[in-house]
Formats: sequence, C-alpha cells, structure tokens
Amino acid sequence: MKVRLSAAALLLPLFLAVACAPEEAPPSDTAAQPTEAAAVGAESTAPAVPVAPVAGPLGVVDIAPGDPIKIAYMLVVAGDNQTLGQDAKRGIELAIADAPELLGHTVELTGEDSGCNAEGGQAAATKLAADKTIVAVIGSSCSSESVPGAPIISDAGLTMLSPSATAPILTNPDSRAAGFFRTAHNDKVQGKVGADFVFTGLGLKKVATINDGSPYSAGLVEAFEESYKALGGEVVAHEAVSDKDTDMRAVLTTIAQSGPEFLYYPVFSAGGGYITTQKGEIAGLETVPGMGADGMFSPDFIEAAGDAVDGMYLSSPDFSVFGSAYKDKFLPAHMAAYNESPISAFHAHAYDATNIIYAAIQKVAVQDPDGTLHIDRQLFRDAIAATSGFQGLTGNLTCDANGDCADPVLAVYKINLSDVEAGKGLTEMEKVWPTE
Amino acid sequence: MRRSTTGEQLATAMRWLTAIAVVGVLIYGPFQILRSGKYGPENWIAFVIFGLSQGSLYALIALGYTLVYGILRMINFAHGEVFMSGAYIGFFAADALNRAGRLDSTGGALLGLAVITLVAVAGSTTIAVLLERIAYRPLRRAPRLVPLITAIGASLFLQYTFSGLFGSGLRTYPTIDLLKGSFRVGSVPILKVHVLVFVAAVGLMTALYLFVQRTRAGRAMRAVSEDKDTAALMGINVDGVIVQTFMLGGALAGVAGVLHALIYGQVVFNMGFQPGLKAFTAAVLGGIGNVPGAMLGGLFLGVVESLGPALFLEGLGIPAPHQLKDAIAFSLLVLVLVFRPTGILGERVAEKRA
Repeated sequence: MKVRLSAAALLLPLFLAVACAPEEAPPSDTAAQPTEAAAVGAESTAPAVPVAPVAGPLGVVDIAPGDPIKIAYMLVVAGDNQTLGQDAKRGIELAIADAPELLGHTVELTGEDSGCNAEGGQAAATKLAADKTIVAVIGSSCSSESVPGAPIISDAGLTMLSPSATAPILTNPDSRAAGFFRTAHNDKVQGKVGADFVFTGLGLKKVATINDGSPYSAGLVEAFEESYKALGGEVVAHEAVSDKDTDMRAVLTTIAQSGPEFLYYPVFSAGGGYITTQKGEIAGLETVPGMGADGMFSPDFIEAAGDAVDGMYLSSPDFSVFGSAYKDKFLPAHMAAYNESPISAFHAHAYDATNIIYAAIQKVAVQDPDGTLHIDRQLFRDAIAATSGFQGLTGNLTCDANGDCADPVLAVYKINLSDVEAGKGLTEMEKVWPTE
Repeated sequence: MRRSTTGEQLATAMRWLTAIAVVGVLIYGPFQILRSGKYGPENWIAFVIFGLSQGSLYALIALGYTLVYGILRMINFAHGEVFMSGAYIGFFAADALNRAGRLDSTGGALLGLAVITLVAVAGSTTIAVLLERIAYRPLRRAPRLVPLITAIGASLFLQYTFSGLFGSGLRTYPTIDLLKGSFRVGSVPILKVHVLVFVAAVGLMTALYLFVQRTRAGRAMRAVSEDKDTAALMGINVDGVIVQTFMLGGALAGVAGVLHALIYGQVVFNMGFQPGLKAFTAAVLGGIGNVPGAMLGGLFLGVVESLGPALFLEGLGIPAPHQLKDAIAFSLLVLVLVFRPTGILGERVAEKRA
C-alpha cells in the first residue's frame, strides 16, 4: 500500500507537468526571444506568437491585439485597515476611468489584498510576481507589506509604485529593492512636520512616543524623535506595543510617570483607537493631547476612538496644496463614483501613480502594425525612474535616485467632534499646521 | 527506585539552573524598579486591577476550553471564534438599542446591558452547539488529531463567514454613560467597567463551579469526563452531556465577548484569535480540564501581563518593555510546564488520565 501510494505521488507531478506544458509554453514568456525579432512587420498568421523587437534583462510583456494592459494593485482592501487600501484603489480606478484605453488597448486592474502585514505582503507579492501579464504594480499600502514584498516584485522584473508606504527604510539606498518607487512622501518629512508642529506650533517640550513595532510606526517615531530632539525637545518616554494589543492601560500608566506634555503614537486605526480611548482614563494623561499620522487618517480610526477623538491631531498629506484639478475634477468624480468624499489620505497619490505608469508605458511601448504591444520591463522601470516634473494632483513629481518620487507637503489636521458629527469628510478637517 | 541515567541527571541539573536564573531575574528586576521609586503604590494597584479585568476575560474563555477538554480530551480551537461571535452579535443588539436611544437612562442602560448580553449569549451558544453537532460529533471516534484540524478549519470558517456577512472593517460599541468614569477607593481610581467585568466574571465562575460540583447535571458531566463508556452504561445520555458542555462554554464565551467589547469598544471579525490563544494558555497554565484551574490561570495570566513588563523587565533596563508582555505570558507558560507539566492545579487530571 505504502509503495503504491508513493509511486502515485511520484507520478502525479509528471502527469501535471505533461498536462500543463503545452498550454503554458506559447503565450508570453518564451515568445519574447530576440531571435524572433526578424519577424517584425511580417504578417503574423499565428497571433499566439507575438514578437519583441528587443528583450532587456528583465524580459518583455507582450500584449496581443484585443488583450488588456494589466496593472495590478497590492493594497490592503480587507480587514481593519481596509480604508487605507480602498481609498488608494479608488484613486487608481478613477485614473483608469479617465483614460480607459491606452495605445489601442483597454487597461485592466487586477490585484491582491496584502493585509497590511508582512505575511500578507509576501503572499500578495508572490502571487503578483507569478503573473507574467502584469505590467506594473501599484502598492503596497503599508510599509510592512513592502519590506518583504518589494524584493519579490522587483526580482520578478516588475516595477512597483507605492501610493502610501512611507517608511524611510524602503528607499534607503542600502536596502531598497531596485523596482520600488513611491508617490507617497518619505516619513523623514512627515516626522519632521510632526516635530515642528509639537515643538513650535504647540510649544510643548516634553513628549512621549508609542510605536507598534511595524516598520512604518517604528520608522516614523524614529524620524519624529530625531527632529524633535534637534529642535531642543525632550523625549521623556519611548514605548512600544504589539499591533494586536487591546489593553494599553498598563503602557499608558508607565508613560504617565514621566509626565509628558504630548503623546505621539503613529500606529494604525485599531491600536490608535485603543490608545485614544484609554488614555483619558489614566491619571496624569487625561488632558494630554495626542497625535497620530497618516496610518490613522481613516474613518476606521474615528469610529474606533469614538468621542475621545475630539481634539486629536493627525498628520497627513496637505490637501490644500493639491492642484486645482483635485478640487475641480477629482473630488467631483470621486463623489459621483462612490457617493462619498475620500476615506483616507492616499487616493491622489494612487491616481498620480497610475498616470505615471501610463506615461511610462506610452514612452517605452513598441507597437506592431497589428496592434500588438511590447513593453520591455527594464526600459519601463528606467522610464519610471526618469520621471521628472510630472504634474500630478499631489504636486510636481520627480523621482530621485532612491525611488522617492513625491512632492511632499505634509500638514497637521485637528479632528473636532463637531466636524465629525456634522458629517465632514477627512479631507475637510481643520488644518492647524503649517499656519499660513 | 531505578537509577537515573546521566542524561536525566543533566536534565535535572539544567532545570534547577534555569530555576535559579529565573528566580534571580525575578528578584533583581523588581528590586531595581521598586528602589527607583518610579511607581507609587497606586500605580501598582492600578496594574493589578487592569490585569484582573483582562484576566477575568481570559478566565471566562478558558473555562470553555477546559470544560470541552475535560469531557472530550480535545482542544476546541474554534472557541476564540465563539467569543468573537458573542461580541459581534451583541454589537448588533447594542447598536439597535443605542439608535433607539434606549441606553441613555440608568434603568434603560441596565435593561439594555441585560438584553445585549442575552442576545450575545444566545448567538454564541447556538454557534457552539452547531460547531459540536456539525464539526465535532461525526468525528467523535476519530483519532485525536482529526478533530483538532477540524477545529482549526471551523475557526477559519467562522472568521471568514463573519467577515463575508458583516464586512472586515472594525465596529465600535456605543459608549454607555452608566459605565463611564470611575470610583475612587482611597487615592486609587477604579473604572466602573472594570468593576462590572470583575464582578460578573467572578459571579459566573462561582455559579459554574457550583453547577459542576453540586447539581445532577454537573455530576453527569464529571462522570462523562471520567469515562464516557461507563457513564453511558450507567444511563447517562453522553451526547446530551456533551451538548450541555458546549452550551456552557459558548454562553461563558458570549458573556466574555460582551464584557470585552464594553472594556475595549472595538469588534472585528478576527478579534477572537488573540484572546483565544491567551485563554488556551491560561487553561493550560491552570491545568487543562480543571475548572478552578482555568479561573486561576486566567486571572494569573492577566495580572502577569499587566504587571510583568513594569515589575520584571523595566528594572532590568529593557527599553519599551510593554511590547514584550506576550513574551512574558508565554515564557511563564513554558516555565510552569517545565516544573509542573500538569499546570498549577492539575494533579487530579493527571491521575485520571494515567
């Protein structure tokens, strides 16, 4: 019995291989051979064998006439951070709705949920990397997803543009994946804006920080503390929690002993909600104001924090400096399509990322007379890297050598309960920093 | 008495060395932090109170693990999801009552809490019973690993069913004015909601203990736990007793779900995983299969988690100690199992199974 079972187990992959081989061979991969280049211009009677003029080291995507250009998202679209990814996904969808066709092909959005954690990022990246028809990836939402995900995407020859993964480590030249770019700001900028606001804007000299151990949260706290100390402020407590913690009262009690005047906790919606509601119950912290960052810039956080959200500060991209196209075209289109104003901070960055991808495709795609499109992955990546002076919703975007393409202008918003109860959207909250 | 081998002697020596090292750390850390005077007595009391309220929740969930284990010798890994379903179903009742403005007055809030709890308990009990009927009963005679894997499958099934039906985003219980604020005992503020949770949990645990020890049904339960086949020969309806056990565990988990939501506010489809794991730890810590053990293990774990980082780690100069509270909890489990493999109160179970 045992022998027969193992024999079957050995044979099974063989059968599978035989069964799959003829189907897998023709379409994209093997067709991108340079030897076929001579056939350019020849009447292609067998449409399954498109022809690439050049094949760079990363390979070529061939798109037959009638096939769509596939762009993939890798965003958190489910779970307790879903608004972060949904918001960006809407930005992509609106960009595609603006230009549903590119070089005679429709543009199709596919994608994977990446869960806002390392495991989800790895799984989503592995799945996307396996799909050879994808031209570019827009993602990830959270930095924790890109830490394992970006090398996988990058090694597969794909190029990714993140609308919201902001951790400094992702574009650090020592650790950056070659195919990683972002239209979101680098948190070095966000940390500095937060520190300026607390030290100069509020005039508070003693802060306590809490991070949740994620690359985003830990990186942002580090950037904040660096700037804050440089200004002359004192970090009286530097604490951390785990991202699944619900009871923050013990850590808040510890923090209260250092007598901070301000609490900086750039975590995510759930954890931010727990800290915000529980800090009012701890002796010594009842009236200490708190501040989060773009990871909590979501209706989920406002829901989670309840009434305790009143007076909370959140740093986020500054919507007031977005171009007129944002107010006059994007927001009305958003309202028409989804019947609400944007639900988080990175819709415009995702919109811009999509358009940068469009522009790069237009720049490098080679088209056969029959409409077949060839996109060399290396040239495409180079075109993204060469993005310069791109006029997007979020400003004037130029990619630097490390993949930071943003035109970062950050602001601090104050959440007033009266605004929340009046049904105002997040982008309409009171901007308190920088003051004009 | 047989002669012990060198390997066994070495193992014993290692165990004692570990014990001495641990005791050293457990004395040095508290000594340092107490000497520094960073925390006053009211802070330490606060840590214990936070721990007791969290521990009460662990204990209520742990009872479900331990009851089922006592009867069926299986770990019902879907029990965390029964807890989640209680919290989630209670949310709908709470939200409906809040929209109708029924939670504003004191009387309304008390009645409302009762209604929310009843709805949650009804929901979680139903799910626990269905779980037993559909997922576990057909596998009653299967090897032990089979129901364990089924339990994990059932756990994922429940999570994603809730996610699919109600969305994967988080929901928040309405705040009930009656439970806001705190009492002052001397200089120590105690949150009203913590008092409620602790009193409710202790009350339920006492009731459960009396039920198991003093009633006919409880005796039948203990008989089935001793020996299913003999109990059946004595005229006990074994399937009925098993269903009762799942109902009890489900009801306690439902109450725990509502209490959790009252303390923390948020409910989400995967909220059951972490407390489920901790409660399972608590059950093992106390001696799985042992009802008072689960209670003790839960409270103990809660207090250690809350008190441990400040008391044991901060004095050692470990930065940001609170993120290590899970590490403390699970190290504790390992230590207890090294020195008392049957858990703190576990002797009787060990005899029974030997």
